[in-house]
Amino acid sequence: MPPHVAVVRFPGTNCEFDVVEAVESLGGTAAVVFHDADTLVGADAVVVAGGFAHGDYLRPGAIARFSPVMAAVAEFAAEGGPVIGICNGFQVLTEAGLLPGALQKNAGLKFRCEMVSLRVETTDSALTSAADDGQIVRIPINHFEGNYTCSNETLAELRSEDRVVLRYIDNPNGSVDGIAGVCNAGRNVVGLMPHPERACHELLGSTDGRPLITSILDSGTV
Amino acid sequence: MSSEPEFSPPDETHLSLGLTDDEFVRIAETLGRHPNHLELAMYSVMWSEHCSYKSSRIHLRRFPTEAPWVLVGPGEGAGVVDVGDGIAAALRIESHNHPSAIEPYQGAATGVGGILRDIFSVGARPIAVMDPLRFGPLEDARARWVAEGVVSGISGYGNSVGVPTVGGETVFDETYADNPLVNVLCLGLMPVERLVLGRAEGVGNLAVLLGSTTGRDGIGGVSVLASAGFSDEESDAEKRPSVQVGDPFEEKRLIEACLELLDRELAIGVQDLGGAGITCATSETAAKGGAGMDVAVDVVPRRQPGMEPFEVMTSESQERMLAIVTPERLDEVLDIARRWEVRATVIGTVTGSGRLRVVDASGDVLADVPAKSLEEDAPLYDRPRSAPADLEERRSDRAASLDAPGDCGPDLLALVGDTRWVWSQYDHMLFLNTVVGPGGDAAVLRLKHPTTGEDTGRGLALTTDGNHLWCAVDPRVGSAMTVAESLLNLAVVGARPVAMVNCMNFGNPEHPEVMWQFSESVDGLSEALRIFGVPCIGGNVSLYNESRGRDIDPTPIVGLLGVVDALDRVPPPVALTEGARLFLVGRTDPVLDGSRWAARRGHRGRGTLPSLDLHAVAGVAGAVRDAVNACLVAGAHDVGSGGLALTLAEMAVNGGVGATVSLIADHGELFSESGGRVLLCVAEQHATSLRSLLESSEVAHQEIGSVGGDRLSVGGLLDVTVAELADASQSWLPDALGAGTTQG
Repeated sequence: MPPHVAVVRFPGTNCEFDVVEAVESLGGTAAVVFHDADTLVGADAVVVAGGFAHGDYLRPGAIARFSPVMAAVAEFAAEGGPVIGICNGFQVLTEAGLLPGALQKNAGLKFRCEMVSLRVETTDSALTSAADDGQIVRIPINHFEGNYTCSNETLAELRSEDRVVLRYIDNPNGSVDGIAGVCNAGRNVVGLMPHPERACHELLGSTDGRPLITSILDSGTV
Repeated sequence: MSSEPEFSPPDETHLSLGLTDDEFVRIAETLGRHPNHLELAMYSVMWSEHCSYKSSRIHLRRFPTEAPWVLVGPGEGAGVVDVGDGIAAALRIESHNHPSAIEPYQGAATGVGGILRDIFSVGARPIAVMDPLRFGPLEDARARWVAEGVVSGISGYGNSVGVPTVGGETVFDETYADNPLVNVLCLGLMPVERLVLGRAEGVGNLAVLLGSTTGRDGIGGVSVLASAGFSDEESDAEKRPSVQVGDPFEEKRLIEACLELLDRELAIGVQDLGGAGITCATSETAAKGGAGMDVAVDVVPRRQPGMEPFEVMTSESQERMLAIVTPERLDEVLDIARRWEVRATVIGTVTGSGRLRVVDASGDVLADVPAKSLEEDAPLYDRPRSAPADLEERRSDRAASLDAPGDCGPDLLALVGDTRWVWSQYDHMLFLNTVVGPGGDAAVLRLKHPTTGEDTGRGLALTTDGNHLWCAVDPRVGSAMTVAESLLNLAVVGARPVAMVNCMNFGNPEHPEVMWQFSESVDGLSEALRIFGVPCIGGNVSLYNESRGRDIDPTPIVGLLGVVDALDRVPPPVALTEGARLFLVGRTDPVLDGSRWAARRGHRGRGTLPSLDLHAVAGVAGAVRDAVNACLVAGAHDVGSGGLALTLAEMAVNGGVGATVSLIADHGELFSESGGRVLLCVAEQHATSLRSLLESSEVAHQEIGSVGGDRLSVGGLLDVTVAELADASQSWLPDALGAGTTQG
């Protein structure tokens, strides 16, 4: 059985079908799960997709964390299941307390949609197991609020526990320590601002997202 | 017009609503009595220039509109063509010029929202947006404020609603100083069999209002704002309440809810509420279905208390749709709306009376008019047209008399200008279709089936083009040159054209010279479309683009959709590649009239445009398309605004490599914007094949140089470093507009 990915969709999410397409192109199966669901039946991994959940009103992710599906996602994560938050999904996971820190407005106060270069800082995570340590990957970003921030204590903890998963080569948004992605202590919950699903097809300018999506599929079959 | 004395206007209410005395009489004759205030308000919005096209309809009939693949031509929410594999593409362009001049962020945001509703009202999912933008000069603080606000509005709304913005144009010029142009084009896809049209059929069927509450925003937007010019800042500020306020999250849920209604065949028709609000949606659906409708005005959910029926009926509050459903399926419709957290209220019933009646809670009839009359009886004007009195004198004032520059370098450096500052703020990658995004000559999108997601292996190409400098010199030839440019923009990515839409941005139609420009432009566009075999499937007319009595330069914007028959690799970029050879395809007429080079010297709106042979352009487009599809081309760019010099510069900057060019006689050949030309960058090993392809196609061409080094050098005319060009190009907008968007 190929690994099955549940892709969470809130009202306002818009990258859910892109994630499904990327997962299927790499041999997985995927189904979109609406935010009112209270279970994640049959999921080997969960992706909280990008977009503007609940319009990003109040604050990105602030309302989404109360959607019924998030209780199921938290439970799945607590049992060690791989949960990946991409872009808005990262924001949702920090608001839900599944990942430390927060995402604030970009330095420069400008929405940025562009290809960036990232360094894979650890392969010990649900997102990077199939990548190479130190590998440079080109993957697009697409956000207004991608400027990662956290307390000094948290930053020290993330560093000492090797939980910074991805770093920008040229920091595009002012993130502390150039952080593009982090994981939880269990290394099964990962959030990142760049969109690996946008870098899985030869015609789209980069296929560097494939090792990341493949990692998600691999982590779900362990 | 005959005017029985009893039909003459009793007071001046109609004038304040933008209706003339004659129009009042026409309404009274239709009704056989004086209209009451509510009826008058309804007619005033429906018969506004914006909704009725009363000054332009008579000319728009001249566009060629037919081709075997056209499923829906002009006149519906969007034009629709069959693009193969059971897929239909819906295309539409609109302007939101006047709202954006008053309130840039919301004006632009609601422009995006409006065009999306047009697309999903025919059953298609919007997959791409393009924004052709025109602003006043960057030196003007207000123009910068408008530009920044418009870009923020498109970014804020478009990104959030989840439709990628894959291209457009950004032009700054003094002609748009107080009157920016904000045009928005949208492309949508659907399975061919799902095509729906906004029709209210079946007596007893229900009209369900979906989406936002109805407020006082945008009351009379089409009549007060869009159908009058601007005067001074004080009165313009008073118009601000006529601008609507957008909510992209409401729109996103509305899209999903409406598409689900159509997927599950629960709606007979859906209609967007745009200009003229509920009045327009109810009367149009009823009239098209040959039916009537009773509208219960009191049940319309309102944003604020105390609203009068005329305000409810004419409000342009955003994010609203009208669905026509049978009573048996109503519960299912309401369930879907509830799931998407979209408000749904039955506000009307289809009747067999042919009349649009507005009824209040106590059953009193507040308005009772023939549904068809609101649209079909709208006045049709053949407004006076006349060429400018000094036309002959203007045409003989040639740019050739301007002093030749000793060094063309500074002139070129003043023309380069990358627009990345604008489009990097737009999500242009969503849906994983964007093979070529903003910055290319045309956007190229993978064509996937809209419901199965299956990749057809083919692509769609999309371009928008406009050139006011050409059209100011000669609206007829300038318009034809614009279509030619669009055709070549498709050719360089290997696409063949299938449909055109246009947005006609002109000045005050009450000025005979403006109507002459308009008529000439329609003829120029039509002639090019006929020769290229491309149907016009829709368009939009924006008149009264003027400030303080000065009309803008005529600015027809062309949107052209093409098909790439085998999208198995990324099309050649707008870039030079080291070691390649340069071929200029198409014949150059070294005339500088209408060029940006001449405009910088104050020579504009004068002279005679370069000669244009549309059959030759079609030949160039076909040969270039064949060369691209045969993989003979490493880089390609049409020669348009800024001439060969700018084409070379842009390709050099993008490729990060220079070129040595010869055989260019003078600054006329370097900066002429003579139409129907393409610059191809060709690897050594393909040069012979390319040459024989061009020869067998009988297309004029010339090898003009080779790629290499870090300088762009054109023998005897120009020698600049690529770094200088890159710096000038890339610093231009960030220097003027700063790092960020701060509005909204």
